[in-house]
Amino acid sequence: MEDLLRMPARELGRKIREGELKAPDVAGCYLERIRKAEPHIHAFISVDEGKAAARAKEVEEGIREGRYRGPLAGVPVAVKDNICTKGIRTTCGSRMLENFVPSYDAEVVSRMERQGMILLGKTNMDEFAMGSTTETSVFETTVNPWNKRHVPGGSSGGSCAAVASGEVPLALGSDTGGSIRQPAAYCGVCGLKPTYGTVSRYGLIAYASSLDQIGPVGRTVDDCAVLYEAIAGTDEKDSTSTGTGGGRCSEDVFLTEPGCLKGMRIGIPREYLSDGIDEEVKNAITDAVRLMEANGADAEYFSLEMAEYAIPAYYIIACAEASSNLERFDGVKYGYRSRADAELHEMYKKSRQEGFGEEVKRRILLGSFVLSSGYYDAYYLKALKAKALMKEAFDRAFEKYDCIVAPASPTTAPEVGTSLSDPLKMYLSDIYTVSVNLCGLPAVSLPCAVDSRGLPVGMQFIGARFQDRKVLRTAAVYEQLRGTFPAAWEKEGM
Amino acid sequence: MDSRRIDDHTMENVEILAKLSLSPQEREAAREKMEEILAYVDKLNELDTDNVEPLVHISEAGNVFRKDVATNGDGQRDALANAPRKKEGQYLVPKTV
Repeated sequence: MEDLLRMPARELGRKIREGELKAPDVAGCYLERIRKAEPHIHAFISVDEGKAAARAKEVEEGIREGRYRGPLAGVPVAVKDNICTKGIRTTCGSRMLENFVPSYDAEVVSRMERQGMILLGKTNMDEFAMGSTTETSVFETTVNPWNKRHVPGGSSGGSCAAVASGEVPLALGSDTGGSIRQPAAYCGVCGLKPTYGTVSRYGLIAYASSLDQIGPVGRTVDDCAVLYEAIAGTDEKDSTSTGTGGGRCSEDVFLTEPGCLKGMRIGIPREYLSDGIDEEVKNAITDAVRLMEANGADAEYFSLEMAEYAIPAYYIIACAEASSNLERFDGVKYGYRSRADAELHEMYKKSRQEGFGEEVKRRILLGSFVLSSGYYDAYYLKALKAKALMKEAFDRAFEKYDCIVAPASPTTAPEVGTSLSDPLKMYLSDIYTVSVNLCGLPAVSLPCAVDSRGLPVGMQFIGARFQDRKVLRTAAVYEQLRGTFPAAWEKEGM
Repeated sequence: MDSRRIDDHTMENVEILAKLSLSPQEREAAREKMEEILAYVDKLNELDTDNVEPLVHISEAGNVFRKDVATNGDGQRDALANAPRKKEGQYLVPKTV
């Protein structure tokens, strides 16, 4: 059983396809693992064992009959609970959607379904993906599989903790300001935020539409690559779908050799290794850079101007878009409605007041403020101009470098209960991730070390738009040089 | 007066726009945190953006629209399935007139 839990996703798929393993047995093995780990980890909001088992049986027959031929047919997956799944409750970690059952599948879910993947459950998250610790969920508190006193990061903390604890080989998350990469870093797993427009967001419950992107979480870069390939591609139901990206990228990753780094130009933003970064994180990144240099990479520290303006611009834009997107929750068509006896407008206000949590309300208020008459130019428009300057700074950097290497977060995972009292401090933990969303870039986060407290340190590889392949390939080469990273559940003997 | 200070009138207006009814304690807590965040984002004022065009779409293509043709059929039953209150195939809201 442990061999199965350790097996790379691509190998798992191949063995199922070739009949060496049976999809129902694989699903059963992971469901058993979920039963064992969930009482400690709380990564899931819902798991439907019966449905998953029936689906695995159906897929097994489909593989034998030639209906499912893809590399991930029969492979289990978990999905973040802001991605719609037909007939399966999709809560966004909020009281507002506690009983919401979508009548349709998100495009990414349909794609995984067509390829014969087995959905095991929906994972916990910060409410409406607003948060960096998964603590703003109204459901359970997910813990970090490396140390249960620490948070898994967020907002895709459930997906990353589920992969880190061996409950699933693969999961989907969403990344608006670092929500895949930061929890992947905290949990010692790999996560990809694809280029904006390469993966359809149809059926993703919107937070900040100009920044939101769905992406894969896996134990290795190749796991992420093979799932990325499964979900990427044009979709006319998403008006930001670009029709580029996607396609085959993972075979390159799979065949990667360390020699590929020869002549690779890697830039490391100096600003990302200065104020506020934990010394151990900084050392882990510079060690990783040295390792790549020793293997042929041409590394250089440079000044990425505008780095310090990323968080202010991000919070203005994200909150503005959130205030608009979350207007739809009015207690009429779906979601929570206040029981208070009230006239129409009072009903809207009371339903939202009672249905949303504190952080969500704060962002809606802030967003309403920066978009309001008299403040729009000073805040919102200013942020869009800062975003333009940030894009120029990255464009200049990518004229010189193939890839940018950066920490995923200034620290390793904080303890549970220490982040929410000071939202501004929590926002600053996203300092190395938000620029990527503002500029629509692809970035992969993977572990590069373990700190003295025994918590994983994460590192990002950032590429120019539509260079998802290159980013994955470079990260995969580094991953080989680094060697196998321990799994949290092996370490803890969970 | 400090320009970023959110006065009672502004806070009231923001609550109307946000469609939220906050309790007095919540209002004060929210205002305090918002002011703290706004003071921080004022950092953007250091940037000279006089000749910079605001960047809305990161993709040069902007929005890509499909033809406006319905493909999903009659979804009335599905659409109503999650309604907190409904009556005779329609959403039910409190009396408005």
